[in-house]
Amino acid sequence: MLLVEKGVLLREEIHRSVDWLVSRSPAEGARLVARAWADPEFKARLLTEARAAAAELGLDAGPSPRVVAVENSDEVHHVVVCTLCSCYPRALLGPPPAWYKSLAYRSRAVSDPRGVLAEFGLELDPAVELRVLDSTADIRYLVLPRRPPGTGGLSEDELSELVTRDSMIGVAEPAAAAVM
Amino acid sequence: MRYRLGQRVRVRNAPSVGHVRTPGYVKGKTGRVERVHGVFGDPESLAYGGDGLPGQPLYLVGFEQREVWSGYAGGACDRVYVDVYEHWPEEAP
Repeated sequence: MLLVEKGVLLREEIHRSVDWLVSRSPAEGARLVARAWADPEFKARLLTEARAAAAELGLDAGPSPRVVAVENSDEVHHVVVCTLCSCYPRALLGPPPAWYKSLAYRSRAVSDPRGVLAEFGLELDPAVELRVLDSTADIRYLVLPRRPPGTGGLSEDELSELVTRDSMIGVAEPAAAAVM
Repeated sequence: MRYRLGQRVRVRNAPSVGHVRTPGYVKGKTGRVERVHGVFGDPESLAYGGDGLPGQPLYLVGFEQREVWSGYAGGACDRVYVDVYEHWPEEAP
């Protein structure tokens, strides 16, 4: 292609970068979330500077685009979209799902986010502030979902299994702890 | 950085020429600076092989949904946040 023809990039460099990006998976982001749930000081570092926090777990969020983590709470719920294209924190979550790249999601997530969430099975209380983040520039947003109730006794590995890709986009809550 | 955290800014209602990353739905709308991300290469130059200089400060600006969309059917507190480069917002009246 053009960049290779003009000698800007080697074909191998492109393949390596693409291979690396598509080999990332939501399991990596889930580890970050689980650690944040278990360790409040790590959570504070994650919310301040996600790349450095990810590096503590051996994860590379990449220098560019910059990843910023945003925290859900009882009062605030975040959902992420890229209306212009399909910007997504690929370095931590891997490739985005097909629906995230769809015209339907990209147009409705900003104008009718509660309708979109309802279609994903998530009904938010009207008093909860719903914040839609449109990743229009150099920042990629990662949602830190709320820790499910009844998970106090779980290990970090067990916690990370509850963290779904969709909960880190914001269209769903994490999985509930299994009832023993 | 021309704008500071918490400042009210209005996105210019100017036509998009070439590659512009300011979405149409916030043009002419007034919001508040929620984050100051730092300086980044200007995408309007980078998209055409330019060097992206001078770099543009990038701001996360938050808007009330009911002010962006007429007939917004969600919660009164709902907001939409957009990252905009400095040459798009102006000081709100």
